[in-house]
Amino acid sequence: MSRFDLTRRGLLRTGMIAGAGLAMPTVFTSSAYAYTNEPKGKSVTLGFNVPQSGPYADEGADELKAFKLAVKHLNGEGDGGMMGTFSSKVLKGNGVLGKKVEFVTGDTQTKSDAARASAKSMIEKDGAVMISGGSSSGVAVAVQSLCQEAGIIFMAGLTHSNDTTGKDKKANGFRHFFDAYMSAAALAPVLSKQYGKDRKFYMLTADYTWGWTQAASMKEFMEGEGWQMVKDVKTPLASTDFSSYLAPVLSSGADVLILNHYGGNMVNSLTQAVQFGMRDKQVNGKQFEIVVPLISELMAKGAGKNIQGILGSSNWNWKLQDEGTKAFVKSYGTEYGVPPSQAAQTCYVQTLLYADAAERAGSFDPCAVGKELEGFKFDGLGNGPTLYRAADHQCFKDVLVVQGNDKPQNDYDLLNVAEITPVDKVMYEPDNKFFAGGELGKCNNGA
Amino acid sequence: MLGLEKKDMRFLLIVLLLTLAAPILLNPFAENSAMAQFNAGYPDLMQRIAIFSIFAVGFNILFGLTGYLSFGHAAFLGVGSYAAMWMFKLLSMNILPAIGLSVVIAGVFALLIGYISLRRSGIYFSILTLAFAQMSFNMAYSVLTPLTNGETGLQLALDDPRVLDAANTSGSLPDTSLFGLAMNSTLKVEFLGRLFQFNVGYYVCGMISVVMFYIALRIFRSPFGMMLRAVKSNQHRMSYTGLNARPYTLAAFVISGMYAGLAGGLMAAMDPLAGAERMQWTASGEVVLMTILGGAGTMLGPVLGAGFIKYFENIFSKINDNVLHSWFAFLPHWIQDPLVWLFARFTGEGWHLTLGLLFMLVVIFLPGGLVEGGQRIGRLFRRKQGAGGDGPAHPPKPAPHVAE
Repeated sequence: MSRFDLTRRGLLRTGMIAGAGLAMPTVFTSSAYAYTNEPKGKSVTLGFNVPQSGPYADEGADELKAFKLAVKHLNGEGDGGMMGTFSSKVLKGNGVLGKKVEFVTGDTQTKSDAARASAKSMIEKDGAVMISGGSSSGVAVAVQSLCQEAGIIFMAGLTHSNDTTGKDKKANGFRHFFDAYMSAAALAPVLSKQYGKDRKFYMLTADYTWGWTQAASMKEFMEGEGWQMVKDVKTPLASTDFSSYLAPVLSSGADVLILNHYGGNMVNSLTQAVQFGMRDKQVNGKQFEIVVPLISELMAKGAGKNIQGILGSSNWNWKLQDEGTKAFVKSYGTEYGVPPSQAAQTCYVQTLLYADAAERAGSFDPCAVGKELEGFKFDGLGNGPTLYRAADHQCFKDVLVVQGNDKPQNDYDLLNVAEITPVDKVMYEPDNKFFAGGELGKCNNGA
Repeated sequence: MLGLEKKDMRFLLIVLLLTLAAPILLNPFAENSAMAQFNAGYPDLMQRIAIFSIFAVGFNILFGLTGYLSFGHAAFLGVGSYAAMWMFKLLSMNILPAIGLSVVIAGVFALLIGYISLRRSGIYFSILTLAFAQMSFNMAYSVLTPLTNGETGLQLALDDPRVLDAANTSGSLPDTSLFGLAMNSTLKVEFLGRLFQFNVGYYVCGMISVVMFYIALRIFRSPFGMMLRAVKSNQHRMSYTGLNARPYTLAAFVISGMYAGLAGGLMAAMDPLAGAERMQWTASGEVVLMTILGGAGTMLGPVLGAGFIKYFENIFSKINDNVLHSWFAFLPHWIQDPLVWLFARFTGEGWHLTLGLLFMLVVIFLPGGLVEGGQRIGRLFRRKQGAGGDGPAHPPKPAPHVAE
C-alpha cells in the first residue's frame, strides 16, 4: 500500500517532475482547428445515431443498414446505388474530398437524454463531423440543437414533426423527410374524394411534438374540406392499450377515426380499433373509416391484415418506378435481401446529400457545407425533383398517398401508391402559422 | 484538517487528485490504436461520471445509512434539471443561480414526498416513493407540458428573456458559463499521440463532486450519521430509548434529495436540456444499481458504481459489428463470423446484458459490491500484517484504475 506523506523533499520532487512535464514544448502540440473536428488524417468520421432499443428499434435498424450502404457506396464499394442516378456528379466513389468515410454508431434509446449523450460522445470522442439519424421528432429536435451548439451538421433522419424545421429549426440542421403539414395537405383532397365532403372525424393523437403538429395539420386541412372535428384525444406515447380511448369513438357520432400514431403505438391502436369492429360499422348512414396520416412499411408489417384499405401518406415507397428508386432498391436488396423502407431511403439520401455538399464546398466546415445545401436543387434520389429550401432547411418534393394493399403478393407488398401529390400542392411559406416562431439563427462551426 | 481524521483526509486527497487527473488517467490508449475505443477521457463522459457520483453519493446517505430504499430519487434529479433550465431561460446563463435553485427546489420537493412516504418503512416506503416518482414523470410528460415541454424536453430558445444577461445578438444560443467561463470550452493537448481534453465543465462538476463527497464524509462520521445507522440497525430499539427516528430519516431524505437536485442542476448546466425521461423509474433504478454495485453504505462504493455503469453505457454500447470485425480481422472468416456474432450479443445494443451479468456476479460473489472486491484484494496483500477492524463504513483504498 502506498503511503501519502507530504514531505518537503517529496513536494520538491513532485514539483520538479510536474515542471519538467510542462516545460516540454517540443512534445506538446497544441492543436488548432478551423472548425469542430476538422479531419486531419486520411479519413472522415460520420456519426449515425439511431434507436437500437425501445419502440422505434425496427426503424432504427433499417436506418443503420441504409447508412452502412451509403458509406460503402461513397467509398466506392458495391454498385454505387443512387450515386449513379443522382443529378449532381461530383461524388466519384473515392470517399469524400479524397478522405475515406468511416462511421460510428450509437443508440438513442428513443430518449432525448440518451440520444444527446450518444451524440456528444460521437462529437467529443470520435470526432464526427456530421450526425444523422433519429426516429422520433423529440429526439431529432434535441440532437439538432446539440449539433448547433457543438458546431457540426445534423442531417435529420426520420422525423415528421412540423417543429423540426419549424419552431425548433436550427442553422446547422437539415431535413429531407416530409412533415405533418405536407401529409395533411396531400391526404385531405384524397380523403374528401373517397369518403365524401360531409364527414365527422375523431382523432387519437400521440402526446408529443409530432402528434400535436400532425393533429393540428389534419384538423386544419380536413375542416378546409368541410369535415367536422368531433374530438381530439391525446394519448400518452408510452401506452400500449388504447381500448379506453377507442370505446367512446363509436358513440360520439363520428364516422371517421384519424390515428395520429406512429410505430408500435399505431400498430396497437389500429389493431384494437379493428378488433372493436369499427371498420364494419355504419355511422350516420355511412361506412365507418379509419385513416392513419403517416404510414411506413414497417408499421404496415406490424399491423398485418388490419392495414388493408387504410389510407395514409409516405415520403417514399420502394415500388416507385423512377431510376433512382430502382437503383436503390436493387443495391439494398442485393445487400440485405429485403426492400428498403422509407426510413432507410431518407437516411441514405441524407448521407449522399451531405457528402455531395462537402465535396462541392471543398471542405467539411459546417458553414460551407450548409451553404451548399441551402437552396440546392437535385433529382434522381427517388423523390423526383427536390429543393432544399434555404429559409428553413426543409426539402420540398412530391408526397405519396398510400393505401394498404388488399391482396398482398408477399410480405413486402403491403402498401400501394394511391396517388402522387405534386410538390406545389404541399408547398408552404416559411412563415406559415404551423411553422412560425423559430429562427434558424447563424450557422455555427464551433471555432 | 477540515474536521477530518488523518486517514480520512488522506482518502479525500486521493479522491481529489484522481478527480484532477482524470482527463489523463482515463485516456491511457493512443489516439489511433485499436484500444482507443476504450478511452473514456472525453468531457461528456467525465462530466456524467462526476454528476452521477454526486447523485449516488447522496442516495447512499439515505440508503446506505438508514436502509430506506427509495425507488423514486430520479424525480429529484428531474426537478433539479427543470429548475436549472428555467433559471437559464429566465435569469442568466450563469450556472450558479441555476444550481442554487435546483438544490432548493429539489429539497422542498423531497421534504414534501419524504414527509408522506416516511410514514411507512420497508417495501411500502419503496413503493410510495416509486409511485411519487412515476407520478412526477407522467405529469412532466403530459399534464405540465407548458412547464416541461413534454417529450421534446425543455430547451433554450433565442428569444428567452434572460434578464441578467446582455442582449444576445450573435444569432446563436448562448453557452452556460461560470462568470463568463464557458462550460463547454476545452483545452485540447496532444501528448505522445494521446489527445487530452481539459474541459471547464468537467472541472466544475469534478470539484463540486469532491466537495459533496467531503460533506458526505462528514455526515458519515458525525453523531447524526450515527443516529442514521441506528435507524438501520434497529429502529424499534431506538424508539424504546425515547428517540424519534422520523426527523432523522426525514433529514437524510431531504439531504439526499438535495444531492439529487444538485446532480440534476449540473446535468442541465453541462447540457442545457431537461427531458422527462430523467424522472422515469428506470433512472431511479439506475442509481440503486450504482449504489449496490459499488457497495452500499461505503463512501467510495457509489462513486465506483456510477463510474462503472456510465462507462459501460457509453463505451460498450458503441462497440458495433464493424468494430468487432476489425478486432478479429486476423482470423479466418469461418471463425471470425461466429465470434463476432457471439461478442455482438454482449456489446453494442447488448451492453445491458453484460451489465446485468456483472451485476449478478457482484451480488452473488461480492455482496459488499466492488468495494468489497477491492478490500479482499487489499487483504491478500496485507494478511501478514493482520488486517481487521475494517468495517464497511471505513474507506477502503481506491482501486488504482478508477478515477474519482
